[in-house]
Amino acid sequence: MADAAKKLPRIEINEKFCKGCSICVDFCPTDVLEMKGPVVVVKDLDACTRCQLCDLRCPDFAIQVFD
Amino acid sequence: MAKVKRFMQGNEACAEGALYAGCNFFAGYPITPSTEIAEILGYQLPKIGGKWIQMEDEIASIAATIGGSLGGCKALTATSGPGLSLKQEGLGYAAMAEIPCVIINVMRGGPSTGYPTGPSQSDMMTAKWGTHGDHPVIALTPSTVPEILTETVRAFNLAEKYRMPVFVFYDEIVGHMREPVEIPEPGDLEIVDRAKPTCKPEDYKPYDSNFEIAPLAAYGKDGYRFHVTGLNHGDDGFPTNDSKRIDQGCRSIMAKIENNLDDILKNETVDMDDAEIVLFAYGSTARSASFAQRKAREKGIKAGLFRPLTMWPFPEKAIREAAKKAKVFIVPEMNLGQMSLEVERCAPGIEVKGINRVDGEPINPAQILECIEKYK
Amino acid sequence: MTAEAAKKQKLSVPFDYSKYLRGGKLPHIWCPGCGHGIILKALLRAIDKIGLTNDEICMVSGIGCSSRTPGYVDFNTMHTLHGRALSYATGIKMANPDLNLIVTTGDGDALAIGGNHFIHTCRRNIDMTILVYSNSIYGMTGGQFSPTTPEGSKTSTSPYGAMEPNFDCCELAKASGATFVARATSYHVAELERTIKAAIEHKGTSVVEILDQCPIYFGRQNKYKSASHMMEMIEKDGTVSVKQVDKLPPEKLEGKLLRGILHQVEGEEYCDKYAKIIEKAQD
Ligand SMILES: Cc1ncc(C[n+]2csc(CCOP(=O)(O)OP(=O)(O)O)c2C)c(N)n1
Ligand code: SF4
Ligand code: SF4
Repeated sequence: MADAAKKLPRIEINEKFCKGCSICVDFCPTDVLEMKGPVVVVKDLDACTRCQLCDLRCPDFAIQVFD
Repeated sequence: MAKVKRFMQGNEACAEGALYAGCNFFAGYPITPSTEIAEILGYQLPKIGGKWIQMEDEIASIAATIGGSLGGCKALTATSGPGLSLKQEGLGYAAMAEIPCVIINVMRGGPSTGYPTGPSQSDMMTAKWGTHGDHPVIALTPSTVPEILTETVRAFNLAEKYRMPVFVFYDEIVGHMREPVEIPEPGDLEIVDRAKPTCKPEDYKPYDSNFEIAPLAAYGKDGYRFHVTGLNHGDDGFPTNDSKRIDQGCRSIMAKIENNLDDILKNETVDMDDAEIVLFAYGSTARSASFAQRKAREKGIKAGLFRPLTMWPFPEKAIREAAKKAKVFIVPEMNLGQMSLEVERCAPGIEVKGINRVDGEPINPAQILECIEKYK
Repeated sequence: MTAEAAKKQKLSVPFDYSKYLRGGKLPHIWCPGCGHGIILKALLRAIDKIGLTNDEICMVSGIGCSSRTPGYVDFNTMHTLHGRALSYATGIKMANPDLNLIVTTGDGDALAIGGNHFIHTCRRNIDMTILVYSNSIYGMTGGQFSPTTPEGSKTSTSPYGAMEPNFDCCELAKASGATFVARATSYHVAELERTIKAAIEHKGTSVVEILDQCPIYFGRQNKYKSASHMMEMIEKDGTVSVKQVDKLPPEKLEGKLLRGILHQVEGEEYCDKYAKIIEKAQD
């Protein structure tokens, strides 16, 4: 499904919960995220493979990937 | 119909009383001179489907007892001095988290391992001040084997009613003494069960300050989910840093006692109306005191006996009252002066004479009578 | 975005933790990068996979950062005394064997002050899942050495390097009689979830030692650059899966801790045994 492949995921970041530990940034296999001051932001959504590793390793319930 | 009478040991009467009160959970660790309680309940509880477990130490025993209580059981543990020392942190937890449970302490010589098979009454202050922090204490002090049965029942009732740990303290002499005991039929003695919540599960607050004593649900049995902690907590049971709520919580656990003294206190008095010489005695020592008091009256000495069955909270008002007429309080106890300090506190200006014995031998009536005669 | 909103936009929904969390309690107290939150999340996913309801679970803890876990979850929960969680849990389980007991505890809580309860709980094989959040340090009190601190590590009470040998939590559990023993890490998250699931499903005493990181105290005192650095060095590079052991040469195994289910046997469970005692007594 070519269409679906193009559809971008949504990465939700809860800034109130994010403590800026950068675990999600450091372990993202495709370098989607980056730290901006005290919290994480999305740098390159195109690169996201929807692996969910950022969600799984975030200690703070602060990031989730909606496919 | 005549009641069944059985000749039994103090510790046996304790187990009998616990079962009568509805005890269905016991966790303990063997220690002389309390072990018979664990042994008897280890045999009896499985027969009624109750739970019994020998833990790895007394710290674990009080912890499992509290856990059993939160699981919805009427829970008991029994020990003696060294074990009582180990239980202290857990006792504070039960007081703070307001979990009903009963702790039997059969007193032997101390400090430390002391005199395991010898009697003493030297843990009375441990009951009151053993665990850290301000905490409520109820401690009952029976003197006879039948009384151990009824006071154990009363201990369960008070624990369940006031949501707190309740002690029964007696010395090795009564613990191992044998006397005929009338076995109560169901219905003879009052049995109190803890109040259960009736609200919707989402509205349940285990420390709801709208109640003097909030109803307590059981984990996994009543359909209520809740949190329990030994930290200062709010109505919902969760830790709080709110200084007002912390203050309120610390005071309310004490107020349960202060506001219900009439219900909790229990004394026996003999010839107190005109007593100038007041014997303040408890446990087996009260038996000697009672004998000495009778002998003194026979000799025309105005002696009376004040025998607290509830030692903590201390019968402050009654002692203040007695102090109005008394010229001396004689406090025989198998320690180096513990409850005599409390009597002194409540009878300022009046002489308080201790008769103290820590050699593992009982205080005998002659000793007490001799002392009375010095003051006649 | 709520799960509802996500559904409306026809996005597939990631795991919804909220059904197991108590409203209004987040963010949690744990420091930035602390592994305890990763464990909590894996635990909730494992519970979901098993299909347990909130009412069926009772979570008990001792004292420590790790022991704050029960405060966040909407189960029957109890935060007890330092080291004593297993004894409280034993009482609850005996009183109500239908409950699924999960104990969350720290390495100090479980193995130092609670060491005696730990071995005896394992010995009884009472049905409960013990999750040891093993960060090699006393976090809550500010970074003192614990029974799992590697020799030589700097902590606030071992300024010249820890001189005591450390415990192997899993060996201890196995030797004590636990019928399920596993090791996992907060780095290997999918494996962590599977391991916790297997531990809860196992009947009897299950112990999972979960290597996680305290970046604030262990990390800083031992020159780790970040939480991720600790996860990389200690959890990823410091462990080997049991599944790979046979394939690796001995030199690759040196100094590594094994990960995965290390021991699982069937054994009669304590409450089941006790039920038989009741039958016998009533006979
Ligand atoms: C009886 C007692 N002793 C000491 C303490 C202080 N104390 C609180 S937490 C803790 C250590 C916790 O370490 P650990 O169990 O490893 O958990 P972590 O905080 O690292 O998650 C200590 C020593 C206490 N609360 N109670
Ligand atoms: S892992 Fe979580 S808390 Fe840490 S930076 Fe990423 S979103 Fe924030
Ligand atoms: S002190 Fe350490 S263990 Fe405690 S919350 Fe912080 S990072 Fe976690």
